[in-house]
Amino acid sequence: MYSEKVMDHFQNPRNVGEIKNADGIGEVGNPRCGDIMKMYLKIENETIVDVKFKTFGCGSAIASSSMATEMIKGKTIEEAMNITNKSVAGALDGLPPIKMHCSVLAEQAIKSALLDYSKKNNVPIEGLEDFDPTEDPHDHH
Amino acid sequence: MKKLVYMDNSATTPVKQEVLDEMLPYFNIKYGNPSSIYSLGSHSRTAVETSREKIGSTINAKGKEIFFTAGGTEADNWAIKGVAYANKEKGNHIITSKIEHHGILHTCEYLEKQGFEITYLDVDEYGVIDLNQLKESITEKTILISIMFANNEIGTIQPIKEIGKIAKENGVYFHTDAVQAIGHIKIDVDELNIDMLSMAAHKFYGPKGIGALYIRQGVKIDSLITGGAQERNRRAGTENVPGIVGMGKAIELAYENLDEKNEKLIYLREKLIKGIFDNIDYVRLNGHPTNRLPGNVNICFEFIEGESLLLSLDMEGIAGSSGSACTSGTLDPSHVLLSIGLPHEIAHGSLRLSLGDFNTEDEVNYVVEKLIGIVARLRAMSPLYEKVKEVR
Repeated sequence: MYSEKVMDHFQNPRNVGEIKNADGIGEVGNPRCGDIMKMYLKIENETIVDVKFKTFGCGSAIASSSMATEMIKGKTIEEAMNITNKSVAGALDGLPPIKMHCSVLAEQAIKSALLDYSKKNNVPIEGLEDFDPTEDPHDHH
Repeated sequence: MKKLVYMDNSATTPVKQEVLDEMLPYFNIKYGNPSSIYSLGSHSRTAVETSREKIGSTINAKGKEIFFTAGGTEADNWAIKGVAYANKEKGNHIITSKIEHHGILHTCEYLEKQGFEITYLDVDEYGVIDLNQLKESITEKTILISIMFANNEIGTIQPIKEIGKIAKENGVYFHTDAVQAIGHIKIDVDELNIDMLSMAAHKFYGPKGIGALYIRQGVKIDSLITGGAQERNRRAGTENVPGIVGMGKAIELAYENLDEKNEKLIYLREKLIKGIFDNIDYVRLNGHPTNRLPGNVNICFEFIEGESLLLSLDMEGIAGSSGSACTSGTLDPSHVLLSIGLPHEIAHGSLRLSLGDFNTEDEVNYVVEKLIGIVARLRAMSPLYEKVKEVR
């Protein structure tokens, strides 16, 4: 059902945990639906120098979170903004159709954490103007 | 590959060697069509009828009241649709429960679209129906009550005798989906006033693709599958002879030393439950604490999601199942767990381990040991658990 990459990231998730005094924290998802992702960012000079996550969810939700943190670590905010659910799913060698919302959740977690950073530091981030972190990713598939 | 610890016996069971041995000649040596008149055919006919008699006598029914089907789901479909169509002049109302197998629920939903009225009875926190609600739901238009014998997810056994009595007093047919119960619990259709009963061989160490519907003599029921005179004109199609032979052998074996086997299963079940409760916090047992299938364990682990749990168990060679949305292929967790009043987020973290004849005490110990680590690992990753720790 899952690719080897998904199973690898599920079994050995990268960047699990929290960051004390994180510069941006994003939490998306809903326990009713069985998935919540929380992402912590440390940002210096417009660059994501550290990222951690915690996820309540299925195998693909955990793998998507793990992959998303790998994809944005060391990247600029602008580069992180270019990460989409499709690129996360692609990097995992694909997700089953019914699990695509997990990758949507990962994209939203990144954006939600960036939005938090943007608000706290009063730095506008291009592309986040219309972002709604409460939008239900389950409507996407 | 690691040794497999198979604890999903409610999903299916392995075919026992003795069962397979009896079946094999009917594939390529005694392969005749039971409807053929030459002796090769009549060997098959004899085998089919012998199995039918065995199954009938097991539940205190006559052989001719047993009709073979392709499995439990077909038997459920047949009982519900067959009675509905044959008795629609009398009434259009059917009573069932909210925690039935989808073989019943989806069939009832289909009939609703055809103009039938269905009452779905509530269940209490243990998954038991309310007999008063059942009585109050019966109207002059009620033609059928269909309540499962034992639940496939949480193992709860219903008050079948009382339901049968109520049905009989009101002149309403009583069907029970006994797919999880047959082969594991003694059933006497006369004593329990059961008019129809669904069964599937692969739940009691028989082959997949074969089941049966018991239909009490005199019950008015239409055929579901037409096209031949098999099964006394009621279920067309050439008989699955090897399957039927296997089912007969499997049911015979299932009821040999049943009390002894159940004693062992209950011992293992209680040991597994205790092992989990003694070592892991924030857990709850689903289903009735005592009045449940001998091999059924269903436990919710708060703050984690069932599919992650199953994948992690699989890596340790352990096979179980879950009622989480991610394993049901929908966005909602199991209708059974929601019906017993669990909130969505807790229902997502359910794990069913169903024990069978081949499980051992060592396996139970192994599963508990592995579960402790897996649950701790997944909770360490869970933002929900973090919140609870903060509160404490």
